[in-house]
Amino acid sequence: MKRAGFTTAWLPILLLVPQLIIIAVFFYWPAAHAIQSSFYLQDPFGFGSTFVGWENYTHLFSNSEYLRIAGFTVIFTILVTFLSLGLALLLAVKADKVIRGAHSYRTLLMWVYAVAPPVAGFIGLIMFDQSWGPLTEFAQMLGWDFTLGVTYFDTATAMVVVSVWKQVPVNFIFFLSGLQSIPKSVREAALIDNRSASGRFWDVTFPLLAPTAFFLLIINITYSLFDTFGVVDTLVKGEPGNNPMTLVYKVYVDGFRGNDLGGSSAQSVILMVLVLALTVFQFRMVERRIHYT
Amino acid sequence: MSDISADTLATDRSSAPPKRRIKWSTVVDHSVLIVGSLFMLLPLVVLIQMSSVPDVEVIKTGPSLQIGDQLDDNFNKAMFQASGFSGENTGTSMLINSFILGIGFAVGKIIIGMMAAYAIVYFRLRFATLAFWIIFTTLLLPLEVRILPSYEVVQSLGMLNTYQGLIVPLIASATATFFFRQFFRSVPEELVEAARIDGAGPVKFFIDILVPLSQTMIAAMFIIMFVFGWNQYLWPTMITTDEDMFTLVRGIKQITQDLEGTNIPEYGRANLLAIIAIIPPVFVVIFFQSWFVKGLTESDK
Repeated sequence: MKRAGFTTAWLPILLLVPQLIIIAVFFYWPAAHAIQSSFYLQDPFGFGSTFVGWENYTHLFSNSEYLRIAGFTVIFTILVTFLSLGLALLLAVKADKVIRGAHSYRTLLMWVYAVAPPVAGFIGLIMFDQSWGPLTEFAQMLGWDFTLGVTYFDTATAMVVVSVWKQVPVNFIFFLSGLQSIPKSVREAALIDNRSASGRFWDVTFPLLAPTAFFLLIINITYSLFDTFGVVDTLVKGEPGNNPMTLVYKVYVDGFRGNDLGGSSAQSVILMVLVLALTVFQFRMVERRIHYT
Repeated sequence: MSDISADTLATDRSSAPPKRRIKWSTVVDHSVLIVGSLFMLLPLVVLIQMSSVPDVEVIKTGPSLQIGDQLDDNFNKAMFQASGFSGENTGTSMLINSFILGIGFAVGKIIIGMMAAYAIVYFRLRFATLAFWIIFTTLLLPLEVRILPSYEVVQSLGMLNTYQGLIVPLIASATATFFFRQFFRSVPEELVEAARIDGAGPVKFFIDILVPLSQTMIAAMFIIMFVFGWNQYLWPTMITTDEDMFTLVRGIKQITQDLEGTNIPEYGRANLLAIIAIIPPVFVVIFFQSWFVKGLTESDK
């Protein structure tokens, strides 16, 4: 906090009130409500509800469908996170090296940041169209009979491809700005010590990028868990059927389509705990992290 | 980094006549970047090509290399022909709703965030730490995990199918407050002291000194928040059921369902609507690139 400050008593309260009211009404109240209703079983016709304790939770963990979706979400998250981080790092390193056209490459590689996830999903529908989608034809050239929306594995592949396409730009922007903030003196010193370019990358550049990469890791996990909702929803055309879906999509399907408020709330609470754990983990790691600069 | 070595070598041999050699590492660098750029760009090219040819052509052959003359026809269809049941969600009305959501969200978030950050950083409050924690806990839980109860709150307030119901609940997270708090803390303290000696009160200091000083930060935040608001999907899908309240991104769901039902799916119209949904946020990001990158890389850390 700043030492020098104003001492007017009413003004800061007046300034804080709008934010606090919005947060109370649209954050704390719904969050508390989700936790509360996760312990109740809703009557299917909306007449009251009964307290069932942990039943909604135990029911979830013995539900094979829920566990299958959780498993898919984990694999999906790992694939999207590492593929998009890897691709973005490669592109950022190259974009940092080239001199000619650096600005154009940067623009061409980052514009997709502004594309909404469902629009990206729509583009995926076109690219993977059953009869003439360019990527379907490409898969067929490789002998892979790609059927989006029919085969579980193929739909999952399309989800990963579209989500990676959408996420590479964010990672690219962060990696590039991380690379550009490495001091020139450090690079020159490394150049004298180590003649091999890949050796320099792994021994000097990569460790310097590690804080950025770690931060991005959390961002990407959160993205794969939550922001891919739009991608999933458009790719399955709102009809999950036997297609893969993520945990957030399941919350939506159960709560809105199935009217299973208790079960859906219990799923929300599980996700809340997951996000909280991730954030706490992130803060602790950041505290412990050695900063090189 | 190989460029540095190339440069130093080049200056060492500057006496000799410069010989133009192809550096393979540079070729590889450019190839990787070109492939990457194409990976990002090609889907958009396919969309544009498909919306330039008649729909019948698309069903027969799919995307091709031929550029047709249907672009303005399809554009008229996309912007002015309504779909759905009530016939009120033309592209134009969805475009207007998207702008209202994007701009309303960005402006609301920035104003409320700046006010709260100002109160937290510049005033001696007894409960400042408590307020800080109450506000920053919201950073932990995205809207998606509390979507159902949030919907119920909005419903009980009678805010379904209204712009307030669309925008205000999205503001209930502290990203902007956090961003401006970081920035205000980096403003030199001497400024406040000087302002106080000159007799400026807290309101005057805020409006005449702090706001002009934050211009770049406000611009960066506006771009990020505009794109974020424009691209909202789940929340508008739940809150807006009236078709004249649809945003473009919300309308995507309608568009894909339209493609399913009809005999000759209107690919031209659908693709153009998707392109129209992409253009405004992409233009904002491209034209204000440096502000945007600055805002993004500094706000999230």
